[in-house]
Amino acid sequence: MESLPIVRLQGVTKRFDDVCAVDSLDLDIYQGEFLTLLGPSGCGKTTVLRLIAGLETLSAGEISMNGSRLNGTPPNKRNVNTVFQSYALFPHMTVFENIAFGLRLKQSDKQAIRHQVSEALDLVKLSGLENRRPHQLSGGQQQRVAMARAIVNKPQVLLLDEPLSALDYRLRQEMEIELKRVHRQLGITFVFVTHDQEEAISMSDRIAVMNEGRVEQIGTPIKIYEEPENMFVARFVGEINVFDGHVVNVNNGSAVVDIHGQLFPVQNRKKAGTGDKVRVLLRPEDIQVTRDADKNGGPALSGKVDEVIYKGKTVDLVISLDAGETINVTQFFNEDQEDLVYGEGERVHVDWLYGWEVIL
Amino acid sequence: MVSKSGFRNVSIGSTLLWITVFVVVPYLFVLVFSFFQRDPEQIVAAVFTWQNYKDIFSPVFLVVCWNSLILALGTTVITLLVAYPFAFFLGRIPERIRRILLLLMIIPFWTSSLIRTYALIILFKANGIVNGLLLSLKLVDEPLAILYTQTSVFIGLVYTLLPFMILPIYSSIQKLDLRLIEAARDLGATSGHIFLRIVLPLTLPGIIAGSTMVFLPALGLFYIPDLLGGARSMLIGNFIKNQFLTTGNWPLGSAASVILTLIMCLFLYVYFLSSRKARTSGMGEMA
Repeated sequence: MESLPIVRLQGVTKRFDDVCAVDSLDLDIYQGEFLTLLGPSGCGKTTVLRLIAGLETLSAGEISMNGSRLNGTPPNKRNVNTVFQSYALFPHMTVFENIAFGLRLKQSDKQAIRHQVSEALDLVKLSGLENRRPHQLSGGQQQRVAMARAIVNKPQVLLLDEPLSALDYRLRQEMEIELKRVHRQLGITFVFVTHDQEEAISMSDRIAVMNEGRVEQIGTPIKIYEEPENMFVARFVGEINVFDGHVVNVNNGSAVVDIHGQLFPVQNRKKAGTGDKVRVLLRPEDIQVTRDADKNGGPALSGKVDEVIYKGKTVDLVISLDAGETINVTQFFNEDQEDLVYGEGERVHVDWLYGWEVIL
Repeated sequence: MVSKSGFRNVSIGSTLLWITVFVVVPYLFVLVFSFFQRDPEQIVAAVFTWQNYKDIFSPVFLVVCWNSLILALGTTVITLLVAYPFAFFLGRIPERIRRILLLLMIIPFWTSSLIRTYALIILFKANGIVNGLLLSLKLVDEPLAILYTQTSVFIGLVYTLLPFMILPIYSSIQKLDLRLIEAARDLGATSGHIFLRIVLPLTLPGIIAGSTMVFLPALGLFYIPDLLGGARSMLIGNFIKNQFLTTGNWPLGSAASVILTLIMCLFLYVYFLSSRKARTSGMGEMA
């Protein structure tokens, strides 16, 4: 990541009438990475993509590519291509003509065009469907044609606007793997927009979590999931349990937090001081459940099991704590623990291993 | 269910009855008359003959046919050139203004087109409004001879038939998915490419429909060339009208009508073929 960014967004702002869709956003996109813009609908992620493509004009700020300013460059002069959410395949053209569209605008060597189109079709595994029309293809096939039509132009950056959202669950998973493979094979930069956090986590090199036109956090999927920097990221990506507490003691890199009268040692990444109010965040799978309080010897919160949801490889518990909160816990089966199956209404104690929490 | 199918039967039945009484039956008369002999006393004499068709294929009538085709074709081309940009504009402006423009376009329909053609005479005659304006603006020194020329016939036909071209094109432009234009731009297309390779092919069904709806009436509209072209332009429509109303040669007029109908059927067949091709070679709506 020390290399220069291929695309750099500086203070990028886009207003539609009075609504600010993108709010002075800074973002560096590096050569060859798979960057995902993740956020709820209306967070401005698609607008960012369209700004990079040149399909929207900036209200303020600057977008540069390979160090030169792109402001005002029309989309047909930018070395980026887009895979649209609606695919936007040309209905009056065959698969071949759709994919060859961009090539035919730039070169006239028919043989070379045919060769490149068939290469692109191979890459998306659609060989043999050259003469079909878009309406004769399934959703997944149309998706692949849209991919081929974009990558055949060998763009430096491929922009993907929720390309999988119209596919059913199975096909989406298949296409996730396909997309990763294509990314690896081409080695070009992918900027992928999605509202689906699972998609983002499983595919990306880096994720930029967006909310209300701003980037809330940018980092690797592991960073985003395990060390959210704020409540928005914590809540949007995955499930999270939040405990309110206050710091009673600070010692080197750790602190002791009082949660409902129980004193939990935590890692003090936030550098909170004594007396500060903090929130302790825990993923459902990071919480331990025990039947007796003293088994682990440390602090624990007591409560009772409200619901037991068996999911095959995990059991999800909904536990209402005596202090009032309701928390979600995910437990993984393993062979030497047979007593994971709790009954509804059963009294339990919960705690976690030091360092597995995040404090905000 | 009973009342529903009853309504269906009544509505379809009454339309069929109407068409039968006022279209099919008169047309059968025309067809039959075209094979009868002329009779000064009783209009027609029920004696079979091919003579009318032999008379029709005279050089005079062929010239009339040729002129009519050229005029109809010219009218179609001009209306297309005028209507396409307007329809494009209409499909892209805010709903509120669009409704007003559509209304303005349709209001003249509520007046008889014959009356509107007379209004054109008032505009174009030597001491009419257009010439008055041109003279007072010193753009011309003497009144332009517009009326009773080919030009005024074109203007009249284009004016009358323009909405029939605008509406089908407008409807196909409205259906055009703007995201396709964005995709084409993203793939490197300039505005010219986008028009030729995306917009034009996808609005072709509207162009074909509009052209048919202008071309076919332009072949048969007799009163516009009559009123605006004076005695100079003899077209199929005028020829037929003259046979029936002036010379009283009903069998010859009938034969000309049959020929005109055959020409129209031929063009409708071409339209059918081309619109079917335009539809199967595109229009994802079918999927």
